[in-house]
Amino acid sequence: MSNVTGEVEQDTSGAGVVKKFMFVNRKAPYGTVYALEGLEVVLISAAFDQDVSLVFLDDGVYDLVKGQNTKGIEVKNFSPTYRALEGYDIEKLYVERESLAARGLSQDNLIVPVEVLSAAELSELMGQQDVVISF
Amino acid sequence: MLHIVNKSPFQTTTLESCLRIARPGSALLLIEDAVYAVAKGNAVEARVRQAAETLEVYALAPDLEARGMKDAAIDGVRLIDYEGFVDLVAAHEPVQSWL
Amino acid sequence: MKFGLLVSEGPYTHQAPDTAYQFAKAALAKGHSIQRVFFYHDGVNNSTKLTEPPQDDRHIVNRWSKLAEEHGIDLVVCVAAALRRGICDENLAKGFRISGLGQLVEAGIQADRLVVFGD
Repeated sequence: MSNVTGEVEQDTSGAGVVKKFMFVNRKAPYGTVYALEGLEVVLISAAFDQDVSLVFLDDGVYDLVKGQNTKGIEVKNFSPTYRALEGYDIEKLYVERESLAARGLSQDNLIVPVEVLSAAELSELMGQQDVVISF
Repeated sequence: MLHIVNKSPFQTTTLESCLRIARPGSALLLIEDAVYAVAKGNAVEARVRQAAETLEVYALAPDLEARGMKDAAIDGVRLIDYEGFVDLVAAHEPVQSWL
Repeated sequence: MKFGLLVSEGPYTHQAPDTAYQFAKAALAKGHSIQRVFFYHDGVNNSTKLTEPPQDDRHIVNRWSKLAEEHGIDLVVCVAAALRRGICDENLAKGFRISGLGQLVEAGIQADRLVVFGD
């Protein structure tokens, strides 16, 4: 029998296990669904009290650009949700310096405060993770 | 750490991004369309050879064979099957699929 | 070792579900276990019983159902992604169940390794 459950299911075994989860975004918003649906996973992960980092790399940095107005394309603007992450205790947001620079962007263009890391620093952080999920 | 790339280096910049981030000593596994990266005589051969100096570079043999590239791989790239893929994942933590 | 798999693309259009399936088979052959296969984004389309691929090619949906049946593998389809794409109990193939994204996070916590198969 299958069941449909929309609610968050709490971890019942391995209770108390805290793993380092890194969610990697490399894709721009709206051209594909990955940034939006990726964000939905990140929000759910907040309920599991894990050590969550969110990384924006390559075109993923575009997900955080300010001033997104989707009226003309009639697609839901999900960028305000990045501002809600703090309220879920998801505060470790990282952007790769090289990705920003290649796209002519700076932190001032972004909708939320982030920590800007070099490729080397990001690499180090990635190596420390238990689970890496890319969208 | 294990990095997995599945896109041709001529289709996307994914392999290049991965190589920018991957640290010496980590493993790189090329699967699906990414196996074209290890073929002799292509425009990324030098880049892949350079990567193989500091990373353990692997390619999924069934994907090479499917694409008619069975004997095309450069030296320095280890060809593995799906069981080898499983072993690589078991031996490394974390595993990052570059999507 | 316990493996969790995340399948992020649909059958036939991307090789991801094929690679995931071959990985799962190889892992089982080596005596490992599969904690869960979670289907997200277009990956939910691996679970519809309405597919009719040509007879001389692999039947991806049935392959998953058979794997689940033979090895007791938990095939979970994300409810939000499924609703977006028209997958529901009515057209769900055998061996799959629809559940929340929490099941993916749980797989990450409970499995020794989580491997993502996508675009």
